[in-house]
Amino acid sequence: MSHHLVEVRDLSFAYPDGTEALKGVSFRIGHGGSVALIGGNGAGKSTLLLHLNGYLATMRGEVRIGETIVTRETAALARRAVGVVFQDPDDQLFMPTVAEDVAFGPLNAGLPPAQVETLVAAALERVGMTHLRERPPYRLSAGEKRAVAIATVLAMSPDILVMDEPSSNLDPRARRRLIGLLQSFEHTKIIATHDLELVVEVCREVLVMDAGQIVAQGPTVELLSDEKLMLAHGLERPHSLRHVQPH
Amino acid sequence: MKFADWTGIGRMDEMARLASPVQRLDARGKAVVTLAFIVAVMSFPRHEVSALTPFLLYPIALISLGRIPLWFIVKKTIVAAPFALAIAIFNPIIDRAPLASVGPLVVTGGWVSFASIMFRFVLTVGAALALVACTGMNRLGAAMEQLGIPRAFVVQLLFLYRYLFVISDHAGKMTRSAELRSGGRPLGFRLYGSMIGHLLLRSMARAERVHRAMVARGFDGRIRVLRQTRFQWRDALFICGCLALFAAARVWNLAAGLGQLLAGGAS
Repeated sequence: MSHHLVEVRDLSFAYPDGTEALKGVSFRIGHGGSVALIGGNGAGKSTLLLHLNGYLATMRGEVRIGETIVTRETAALARRAVGVVFQDPDDQLFMPTVAEDVAFGPLNAGLPPAQVETLVAAALERVGMTHLRERPPYRLSAGEKRAVAIATVLAMSPDILVMDEPSSNLDPRARRRLIGLLQSFEHTKIIATHDLELVVEVCREVLVMDAGQIVAQGPTVELLSDEKLMLAHGLERPHSLRHVQPH
Repeated sequence: MKFADWTGIGRMDEMARLASPVQRLDARGKAVVTLAFIVAVMSFPRHEVSALTPFLLYPIALISLGRIPLWFIVKKTIVAAPFALAIAIFNPIIDRAPLASVGPLVVTGGWVSFASIMFRFVLTVGAALALVACTGMNRLGAAMEQLGIPRAFVVQLLFLYRYLFVISDHAGKMTRSAELRSGGRPLGFRLYGSMIGHLLLRSMARAERVHRAMVARGFDGRIRVLRQTRFQWRDALFICGCLALFAAARVWNLAAGLGQLLAGGAS
């Protein structure tokens, strides 16, 4: 059974204080897709991401990961399939060493210690952070923290990678490395970001959100070159696409 | 330097990873022995000082064999000292009965029990800090769970430890930014009140996000540790040896005994 498919249908959500964060969001992402979720602050991007692994329960509509509809009962399954890299690596790295942090997810999945060791080694190798395995995470640089946070999720062997602002707080070199890493992943990727240049390099498709709704969905270059659309939703046309004319 | 570095909370986890005979001991054994140590020290009558001195051996052994910087433990103990001081300080005021006199100086029972409380404080807090520094909080938590302490309580403790570090970092940043805008004037109480309120809200938001990240990786209320130490014969030896030592030091005043032995030998 493939879990690579993500389908959201008519998803609505309001926070207890009455703020309507999502108003009927629908989209579908196929196997191996790389989709950017863009939109201004407060557009509902983070709220949407929290529905994908069942952290927030759907109020109306449904979220489907592969064949499974995400509910309270299937949330554990969804969390195995969907790996979420949160915006602040300090929230994600809470164990005393990098290796223990990467092992946290696989151990929770009940895997035997020997296999966990292998997964940890492979995940750290994948992000090029093997040399940091015994270091305490809070002592790392922002770029290292980000890479380790990604490793903590990779170690759980998810089918779908969800990232919230992966390039925030990174210096240009760390950001460049991150882009290379993201391009090398074969997972289905959903990346919420304001870094539109990263979107151009990593994502083939874009979902534009505004005020809790998807206002546009389409190929990256086409949508991001549409200056009117971008400006209308608190975004801008990336420099690298200045010369590209939308058709 | 980060505020959290200054408080040194994170450094304890690094020390716990050093390779030494103390660090290699099973966390359960160390927890049990330290608990027994605290019970033994606290069980002495309130005017006792000299009989407590042999108990210094245990924290000092942990610190020196575990290669934990002594100064580090001393500094942490000083941070906690005001609490013990607040309790002990009333003794000299309330208990004015003379207990002994050294020349013209009369030592009251209050001062002796004050000294006893402070000494016990140094012993117990020092031993507890040394235990955490040579074991690591997460392993200690796992050990407590194995020893039958309810999981909810253990997880609470681990979270408290985790957030202490995060909150102290926040507090450091807030104090710094307030100082930078204070124009050199001291920060008033009202400002601190508002800062503490903000700190609470920020830590709650942070707690929510950390929890979210933990749940996303399958957290179900139990913290699992990869390298669980196995209980070996040296752990049994460590427990038996220490408990026998504590029992002996509790029953006999070893310090006085040693003094008498030396005095007896000299005469």
